[in-house]
Amino acid sequence: MHKPRPGLIFQLLLRASRVQKKRAVLTVASIAWGSFSLLLLLAFGEGLRISVTTGTFGMGRDLAILWPGTTSLTWQGLPAGRPILPRIEDIPLLRERIPNLDEVTGEIHRSGVTANNDDNTNTVRVKGVTYGYGRIRNHIPAPGGRFINPLDEKLRRRVAFLGDKVAKELFGEEDPVGEPILLDTVPYTVIGVMMHKVQISAYGGMDEDHITIPITTFKAQFGTDQLGMIVVKPDQPQQMGLVLEELHKILGVKYGFDPKDERVFGIWDTVDSFRDMTNTLIGIQLFLGIIGALTLIIGGIGVANIMYAVIKERTREIGVKMALGARRRWITGPIVLESLLYALLGGAVGLIMAVVAVILLGQLPTEGNEALELLGKPTLSLSIGMASAAILGLIGFMAGFFPARRAASINPAETLRYE
Amino acid sequence: MFLDGFFNSKKRYSSVENGNVIDLKGLTRVYVTGKIKVEALKGIDLEVRDGDMVAITGPSGSGKSTLMNLIGCLDTPTSGSYLLRGESVAGLSREELAGIRNRRVGFIFQNFNLLPQISAYENVEMPLLFSGLPRQKRRERVYELFNRVGLSDRMDHKPTELSGGQMQRVATARALAMDPDIILADEPTGNLDTSSGSDIMDLFQELWEQGRTVLVITHDPALARRAPRQVEIRDGLITRDSRT
Ligand SMILES: Nc1ncnc2c1ncn2[C@@H]1O[C@H](COP(=O)(O)OP(=O)(O)OP(=O)(O)O)[C@@H](O)[C@H]1O
Ligand SMILES: [Mg+2]
Repeated sequence: MHKPRPGLIFQLLLRASRVQKKRAVLTVASIAWGSFSLLLLLAFGEGLRISVTTGTFGMGRDLAILWPGTTSLTWQGLPAGRPILPRIEDIPLLRERIPNLDEVTGEIHRSGVTANNDDNTNTVRVKGVTYGYGRIRNHIPAPGGRFINPLDEKLRRRVAFLGDKVAKELFGEEDPVGEPILLDTVPYTVIGVMMHKVQISAYGGMDEDHITIPITTFKAQFGTDQLGMIVVKPDQPQQMGLVLEELHKILGVKYGFDPKDERVFGIWDTVDSFRDMTNTLIGIQLFLGIIGALTLIIGGIGVANIMYAVIKERTREIGVKMALGARRRWITGPIVLESLLYALLGGAVGLIMAVVAVILLGQLPTEGNEALELLGKPTLSLSIGMASAAILGLIGFMAGFFPARRAASINPAETLRYE
Repeated sequence: MFLDGFFNSKKRYSSVENGNVIDLKGLTRVYVTGKIKVEALKGIDLEVRDGDMVAITGPSGSGKSTLMNLIGCLDTPTSGSYLLRGESVAGLSREELAGIRNRRVGFIFQNFNLLPQISAYENVEMPLLFSGLPRQKRRERVYELFNRVGLSDRMDHKPTELSGGQMQRVATARALAMDPDIILADEPTGNLDTSSGSDIMDLFQELWEQGRTVLVITHDPALARRAPRQVEIRDGLITRDSRT
């Protein structure tokens, strides 16, 4: 009795690998290496993207920072070139009047302040801020502490929130919360320490180096009422334009300047700059992907070479099939399929290698090394897997397509001439 | 009979007939290799009726195989016309020609041209596979064919495990698989000893008696004489046709 064997195509297919054993192994290895490189490069890109994004958001998301400056347009008889100096009292006003606002806060900086406790002395930058600052500027208190609250602000309490690095410099391993600290000889109580964060974007230095106090207390001690910066956050990033416009209108009325005057405030719109950065990161990913794909193409050329050799070997067989009436796809199908099989096999090996490498690299300690911390951990994601599979599939297909085209153009009469 | 519906359907739509399966007029074939031109066929006129059995003879290099490749649509003529059952094959695409080879023509070669890595069964199954026939129908047909050539007990053997005569029987079964209009055999006995050659010729004669059209190229005058019609080719031209 005849037992039909499954898939004639598959048998025809496996034969090639048998004949070209050594070559097949080398080619699968080079596809594996190519896939590995592609996956790893993309994984590094992804790690970089994640760490840069978190780092950027370390300062807070969707903010605009405004620095008061001077007018550049005349307004209702007033000349250009007048400095505009918003004050602390403007913050509640803005908070009340601006629509689509999440929060607005003011801050005043002073650097070169001497900070000391019983053990250490340090020169630091002190920020006087309104209470909403902690939340939108991502000053998250470590457990056991808190940020400045509305009551602190209202009662002008002498309380201080320390950046984690300052805290370490002044207090070492000791918990600073509840401890006294002197800022230019004025005593304060530490109410919280900032939780460690990765921060890339910054103005006026890194938050970990700052000491933050209520803006009202700041005014009482240092005698200034004029805001160094205003920080706004709309309820939705796309409302940024509207929020800034409203802010100009409100302060324009109060201080007498043209709300269209773009020079009154220097503005850093982080929504905008984040968009640019995202594009840059996509560019980097693309670049890494192309390098990886090029590595993979070398493997693809290897596959194509095998397929060419296979066709040469099978010329007569292809001629016979044509004589029996095989249409084009019966000739090309097995070749493309075989090529895809090589790609699949190599890709699977490459994927395993990449997963192992990512796990091992993820175990390397990066704490404390800023460069490594910024580079991030290589991360494999579903979209990376799918992008790689698509590239690999395309290369596998191409590596089969061109040899298959040659096979289909074989002249059967020529091939079958009896020698 | 098995599969009558499938295998006879094509007969119906190719019924534009003047009684000739093959109708060649002024057929030429010039091979061009570099600067050298070889006129393998110099103007062949040939009519073959349905149910004819024709032996084609001629010295080596006279153009017999070339003629057979043209008739089998494995090659295209340089000039002249070829009507297969009244329809011109000139200007057909590669795919259409493949379809004709699959359904209308059965090739048998001197060196068998069986694929050595697959079984006799699978070799015979191949044209049926290309035709898109479903598996169960293919199996029925292959069984029928092995039965026909008397090799039912050798289906699972590899071609290399068969004798020359048996291989040529398998090749004949393969040529018959799609119930073609014409059987084309190019020196089918050339690689066989006298007795198995004679057996193959007997098989062809049986096929002819059952109403098939058979064209056989042979060097052997004794075998050629067994065909009712003999055509001799010399130097690319027909020099003798026993019918006319
Ligand atoms: N593909 C080809 N390219 C160039 N010349 C060819 C080709 N095929 C055949 N020829 C030439 O055409 C002529 C006829 O060849 P063909 O194979 O048809 O002869 P034949 O009658 O079958 O010979 P034999 O009996 O030896 O098989 C010969 O001179 C041969 O050299
Ligand atoms: Mg010949």
